[in-house]
Amino acid sequence: MAVITREDIIKPENLVYKRTSLLVDCALSYCPGCGHGTAHRMLMEVIEEMGIQSKTIGVAPVGCSVLAYEFLDIDVQQAAHGRAPALATAIKRLMPEKYVFTYQGDGDLAAIGTAETIHACNRGENFVIIFINNGIYGMTGGQMAPTTLPHMRASTCPYGRDTETMGNPLKITELVATLPGTCYVTRQAVHTPGNVRKTKKALRKAFEYSYAKKGVSLVEIVSNCNSGWKMTPVQSNKWMEENMFPYYPLGDIKVPAAE
Amino acid sequence: MAKVKGAIVINNERCKGCEVCVDVCPESVIAMNKNVNTKGYHYAMVTNENCTGCTNCAVVCPDGVITVYRVKVPTEVV
Amino acid sequence: MKELRLMKGNEAIAEAAIRAGADGYFGYPITPQSEILEYLMAEKPYETTGMVVLQAESEVAAINMVYGGASCGKKCWTSSSSPGISLKQEGISYMAGSELPGIIVNVVRGGPGLGTIQPSQADYFQATKGGGHGDYRLLVLAPASVQEMADFIPLGFDLAFKYRNPVMILTDGVIGQMMEKVELPEFTPRWTEEEIVKMSGDWATTGKTPDRERNIISSLILDSAKQEKHVKKLELKYKAMEADEVRYETFQCEDAEYLLVAFGSTARICQKSVDIARAKGIKVGLLRPITLYPFPTIPIHELASQVKGMLVVEMNLGQMVEDVRLAVNGKVQVEHFGRCGGMIPNPDEIVKNLVSKIIGG
Repeated sequence: MAVITREDIIKPENLVYKRTSLLVDCALSYCPGCGHGTAHRMLMEVIEEMGIQSKTIGVAPVGCSVLAYEFLDIDVQQAAHGRAPALATAIKRLMPEKYVFTYQGDGDLAAIGTAETIHACNRGENFVIIFINNGIYGMTGGQMAPTTLPHMRASTCPYGRDTETMGNPLKITELVATLPGTCYVTRQAVHTPGNVRKTKKALRKAFEYSYAKKGVSLVEIVSNCNSGWKMTPVQSNKWMEENMFPYYPLGDIKVPAAE
Repeated sequence: MAKVKGAIVINNERCKGCEVCVDVCPESVIAMNKNVNTKGYHYAMVTNENCTGCTNCAVVCPDGVITVYRVKVPTEVV
Repeated sequence: MKELRLMKGNEAIAEAAIRAGADGYFGYPITPQSEILEYLMAEKPYETTGMVVLQAESEVAAINMVYGGASCGKKCWTSSSSPGISLKQEGISYMAGSELPGIIVNVVRGGPGLGTIQPSQADYFQATKGGGHGDYRLLVLAPASVQEMADFIPLGFDLAFKYRNPVMILTDGVIGQMMEKVELPEFTPRWTEEEIVKMSGDWATTGKTPDRERNIISSLILDSAKQEKHVKKLELKYKAMEADEVRYETFQCEDAEYLLVAFGSTARICQKSVDIARAKGIKVGLLRPITLYPFPTIPIHELASQVKGMLVVEMNLGQMVEDVRLAVNGKVQVEHFGRCGGMIPNPDEIVKNLVSKIIGG
């Protein structure tokens, strides 16, 4: 009786999944277990499947993903902290036939770039915002972010976020969903296979809606920061489910009227 | 009736040992190697032949280091 | 045939940009330059040439829109006045670091702080020494007439793209607000996407096609050795500007025994002072730097061998005078006369100060 060996299976014709070639073939600069890498991969899979590599301009932020342009095999501009939506506004207005997206973290999008975020959303610019929310400033060493949870510890709130003096976490995604200029606002995650697949679907919809001139699509991805949270990657994903998701529930917040 | 059989290839040098893939495998195929790669990470490894090629591990791997293959196997062959 | 019109400086600069084939203007209201945005919104160039005009949410956003557009190889510009230009410094520094072309117009008002809405030249240091963080220079053009406001837009775009460096047009409330006749430049069509790819396809983010590597616009270079190499590369551009782009104008310098040095609107006033002084038998000339960076160091240095002293007249506490002193290098006496806070010097007091500070009297 024939036995199917590992070698029999590992053949090009049997390939069912590999890292997309639109992710540059190099090691990512992110910490082990960080959701950025998965978010990058889903983004590039969508660009690959839509066949829009030559028509896509990305904008990288300041923060952990400042080096995103090193990993994404498309034309990318690196923005000053928080200014990505301003860059994207100009790119999309000057080249309306292009697909334009920004990739921003919580400090970038919801603190220093709040004005740029809200006004780009309010003007109904036709680009996609990918918002990675891990409730902390990862790159600079784990400081409090606008999205840090109440009582959550960070290096600038070592005794936990005191909402009396530091305010409450900003739900900017819900906030921009109230603006007529946004067409599709959703909150996703990338820590389980099911969530990753949903995120990919959301990203594809976001690109399609904004290209169809419906306005800004914002895909928030609630993610982990195991280094900043001082946990193992697996622990951080569990902590995220137990603590982040109740405050930042997953799912669509706004979908285009036609749906 | 056909059954599926899979196999994964892990890029040991790019694996950062985060272990996220370990828990998502429904067949408990993956474990961490006692050895480390040149970056010093314990890398993921295949421990048995129960892989069904479901792609869960590859989809969730933050560094995209897992490649998945799958074949349909006629029942009589198994 | 060229068109002759009577226009405000702010209007002329806006009209010139439409005619220069500019792709995008991104602005924010502030006195005394709001007419630029108002003129563009009224003219609706987006319906004729296709130029994008957008009122941004802030000066910070506006300059970053210029950054985004310039990164695509487009002709983009913005304008503001002093407090707004301070806000733009972040984006200007990033543009210089990323080697992006573009024009920033500063219709200067008195400061510091919120200051006054009246004209001033107090932003000379900010314009010519970099302005934001890091080692960089802007190429700075200083118009002295409404005509030059119009002329410096096409010139500014040419220089910005030649050097892939931001250009600043440093003017003030006098020139922005005053009306003069102006011969408008001919219409230049906007560049097509194909022309942009041909000209700037090796660096601009026009979309990665299979025939080239991806283009990245960034000013981030974490490796110190590489960052130094990058800054040294920028320095070579500045040296090239210093060698090739110095522009200035002289007025009655041939037989001058004393020299006035002034830029922009103050230079216009100094022309009258030269006439007044010469009527009194004092042989005075005027040198007007047109490029404030690169500064006309050599012509001023040469004039130091001819004249007995120089008076630098500015609407500030003494900024360009430092560059004049560096050029003169101690050869003759160099003094400063300035009005500030929105006050404009009059020709007689300039002559009076020339006599008291330089000639002796």
